[in-house]
Amino acid sequence: MLFIKCPHCGWRSQNEFSYGGDATVKRPELGKQVSDQEWDDFVYNRKSLRGKHWELWQHLSGCRQWIKVERDTATHEIFNTLKANEEIS
Amino acid sequence: MTQSFRLENVGLINRNKKLSFKFNGKSYFGYEGDTLASALIANGVHLVGRSFKYHRPRGFFGAGVDEPYAIVQLYRNGETEPNIKATEQELFDGLEAKSVNCWPSVNFDIGAINNFLKIFLPAGFYYKTFMWPKSFWFKVYEPFIRKAAGLGVASIKHDKERYEHKYEYCDLLITGSGPSGLASAYAAAKNGARVILAEDKARFGGTLLTSEVNIGNKSGKEWAEGIVAELKEMPNVTVKNRSQVFGYYDHNMLVMSERISDHLPETKKFHPKQRLWYIRAKEVLISSGSIERPIVFGNNDTPGVMLSSAAKEYLKVYGVLVGRNPLIFTNNDSGYETAIEFKKNGIDPIILDTRKNPQSEIVDEAKNLGLNIRFSHVVVAAQGYKKVKSADVAKISDDKEQLGTIENIKCDCICVSGFWTPTIHLASQSGNKTKFNEDIDAFIPGTSKQNEKTLGAANGVFTLDETLKSSIETGYELSNQITNNNNKVSFPNVVEKKSTVHDKFWCVPLPKGKNYKRFLDFQNDVAVSDIEIALKEGYRSIEHVKRYTTLGMATDQGKTSNLNGLQLVSKIENKVVPNVGHTTFRPPYTPVSIGAIVGREVGKHSKPTRKSPMHSWHEKNNAIFVDAGVWLRPRYYKQGDENLFEGSKREAKNVRSNVGVCDVTTLGKIDIKGPDAAELLNRVYTNAWLKLPVGKARYGVMLREDGIVMDDGTTTRISENHYHMTTTTAQAANVLSHLEYYLQLVWPELNVNVVSTTEQWAGAAIAGPKSRDLLQKLFPNSDVSNEGLPFMGYTEGDLFGVKARIFRISFSGELAYEVNVESNNGNFMWEKIIELGQEFKIQPYGTEALSTLRIEMGHVAGSELDGRTIPYDNSLEGLLSKKKDFIGKRSLNRKSFTAEDRQKIVGVVPLDKKTSIPEGSHLVKDSKAPLPNPKLGYISASCWSVEHDNPFSLAILKDGKKMIGEKLFVMSPLKNKVIPVEIVSSHYVDPKGERVRS
Ligand SMILES: [Zn+2]
Repeated sequence: MLFIKCPHCGWRSQNEFSYGGDATVKRPELGKQVSDQEWDDFVYNRKSLRGKHWELWQHLSGCRQWIKVERDTATHEIFNTLKANEEIS
Repeated sequence: MTQSFRLENVGLINRNKKLSFKFNGKSYFGYEGDTLASALIANGVHLVGRSFKYHRPRGFFGAGVDEPYAIVQLYRNGETEPNIKATEQELFDGLEAKSVNCWPSVNFDIGAINNFLKIFLPAGFYYKTFMWPKSFWFKVYEPFIRKAAGLGVASIKHDKERYEHKYEYCDLLITGSGPSGLASAYAAAKNGARVILAEDKARFGGTLLTSEVNIGNKSGKEWAEGIVAELKEMPNVTVKNRSQVFGYYDHNMLVMSERISDHLPETKKFHPKQRLWYIRAKEVLISSGSIERPIVFGNNDTPGVMLSSAAKEYLKVYGVLVGRNPLIFTNNDSGYETAIEFKKNGIDPIILDTRKNPQSEIVDEAKNLGLNIRFSHVVVAAQGYKKVKSADVAKISDDKEQLGTIENIKCDCICVSGFWTPTIHLASQSGNKTKFNEDIDAFIPGTSKQNEKTLGAANGVFTLDETLKSSIETGYELSNQITNNNNKVSFPNVVEKKSTVHDKFWCVPLPKGKNYKRFLDFQNDVAVSDIEIALKEGYRSIEHVKRYTTLGMATDQGKTSNLNGLQLVSKIENKVVPNVGHTTFRPPYTPVSIGAIVGREVGKHSKPTRKSPMHSWHEKNNAIFVDAGVWLRPRYYKQGDENLFEGSKREAKNVRSNVGVCDVTTLGKIDIKGPDAAELLNRVYTNAWLKLPVGKARYGVMLREDGIVMDDGTTTRISENHYHMTTTTAQAANVLSHLEYYLQLVWPELNVNVVSTTEQWAGAAIAGPKSRDLLQKLFPNSDVSNEGLPFMGYTEGDLFGVKARIFRISFSGELAYEVNVESNNGNFMWEKIIELGQEFKIQPYGTEALSTLRIEMGHVAGSELDGRTIPYDNSLEGLLSKKKDFIGKRSLNRKSFTAEDRQKIVGVVPLDKKTSIPEGSHLVKDSKAPLPNPKLGYISASCWSVEHDNPFSLAILKDGKKMIGEKLFVMSPLKNKVIPVEIVSSHYVDPKGERVRS
């Protein structure tokens, strides 16, 4: 079970969180014309890479905030966590 | 009755407390502090079971967690538990145990015929034999294997015992209370660290209980007792015995099972039987010691052949002799320690040492005691079937290839010591890259991946002095990093006997003309010959060899067999052991009961059942309940002998003709507040929300980004910036997360707050032509006329002193209202509705009638919004705003979603107006078409229309728009039904929707 540092609550066990996928995906702005390819990339296409990965988790049984977590998908090492409004550098 | 193998005045057992127990139906006694194993050996019982494959007799091999043989079926307080190690089970008064894996009895076992057929049961036997013919598997092979194999029998009764889970955090978790565990725990605790010290056994101290050492002028045992007593008094220390840390997981989380009541005749009131600890440790010190490994020789599985350290433990801890005529077979000094203990108690053992001329303090002591020692000697084979009677021994050449003349020596046990294997399981589980240590001929931990360190024997350090020093240092250093304290404890003065190097000898060659079975894995009956066959057949990877031969795959996970298996593979393959590599260590280190893993997550859904505030009323009024997620909802209220069909029909009819009331508390409710609330709704829902006036409700549909319908419900504008959203029962949690996702990540500029209020409101739907009359009675001061409270209107009312929210919304298609009050007042509201509804012939209705009413109205629900349908499919395309963008809109112009013959919801009526249509059935054009018959659609929901008094179903049908009036067939191969049907509009009742507005 992972140990995740919620930027709002501190260190908490994984079972308080739910996974939310790739944190680098940006939703196209509302009302903006987007090509099929752009839209498919947003909705479906994910890299599913091995290694460092910024991903979303929601602190479901805690502050209910969505947070960004930099994790190695192979080793589970967590390098960094950010609040929803903090930009990935 | 005397115990012929119990010594007087030796051991740590409490001789003042006799305990009686039964084994295979026979009564014995032991003492408090015994294990089942020690008590049986004290009574001269060595035959405890039969082996897995050949059903050979099995005795005791170890004295603890490494035991491969002595696995029993335990009976305690009316319950039974399989696969209990007799060496770990503490004796209690009234304990009963039985042998497993033997039929009809341990003394006469029919399966032992396999022993004589063993030529037919080589490595891979199961794979080779039971594969063919395929049709034999279910009927012949599988039942045979099930009967013949397996260990104990699981109880099929509900387990009355309680198991708990606990989460704990600490600075240092220390696994094992031997010298390294105690020393490091003491050093760290004295330096202010929060320490958890876990000991698997009942007694603390590990090898200190059995070794002849002196620490700070105390015996090892006294020193250990002193340290434990001091640790127990410290507020920053948790000391746990009977607690096995069995798994090392990510981010330094370890799991420990604590056996709280297993050693007692019955569990104390309010106590759990076992507790599972999830421990998150900043640092882990693995001090799990080492396990003695056997030397392989002929018939080395005969009862009476056991580890020399186990013989010593039985003697020193339990005062029990494993034999009166022991033979010690060793390749190192440890065997001598056992021999010396025998000698001290008046027994004269014979020592066979594979070494030619070892020189050490311990060997000298044995010589001085006058022990019979034969150097360069080996046991070739044990003789005796159910118990060792003698041993064939021989001199062995210096190159260890040639045996001398074989001599038979009488003995009643053979105590084997093939040196020590560090217990690296936890380190390996943590991701540590283990390395092979040539000196000790075994793997030890190498580079850490997580915050762990291994100390003492588990790290291949076998001298007490070095172990204590490094453990105290490590305990201090790690605690210093965490606490920044500088309190050091002093190193105690240590007196121990020096030992010399071991002989890297592990397997006795077969004498000419003999074909003795030489076992590597005692629990799975894997012999040297099996590994040889596997390698001959081309298996190379140790992982493959393991699976093909089942070496190390038994419940002991090869604690005593893995290394010898590796030695054999490396010898045949001409590789060094580190190049063969060991198989992966996986949790659990030792078997854990399913009950402990499950904890309190038992019963229905493994979760607490959720009930509405009106639940007890439903119960009192004969509600038959149904699961709705984790909620219990009344399905119907049974009257007399009614069945579900009759009851729900009565209830639904009463709604259509009078008035009914339904508990809708379970619907998801979300409170939405903020100046941008309307904008949020406008983006989340497919229809327009910006112009909804205060005091009005609107039906809305929300999509996922891929265009699939996510959920539907009504949302009401309570005040300017305040909305009340409802969701389906099932999607309530997902919808809240969905809203939070967009508010926090996608549109943080929107000033809106959302919070679940599902449990804060109790809800009652009042539906039927007389519902307004009833509502007026409930709220005499409110204007509930069609003008005062029109369809989709909202108002707040006073329900006899209770504040209520009144929504004029309808799921049944009738004139209907939904009343919400604070949950605490739910029952009050419900009883008032029932009381005042009497004059309007009110009846409560359950989910079955609710379904009937919505199906014949063509209202969609979960069975249509099933994660596969878009708005068009549900005839909800009228709710798609063309003027604005919303979540998922862009996906709706995908080719398949806009296809001319896209699936759409329709109604289905059987031509005979009688035959009910099973849900999930397929719709086809031609019932007799060859298979696979092209499927045009499927039945999503079925009911008995109370309006038309015939069956009616909803279906999602290809090109549904054009299919109205067509005749098709419903096929249900599952129910073996073919029903000719007509496709009709999904709005089977009141298609114009006049009733809800009346
Ligand atoms: Zn949080």
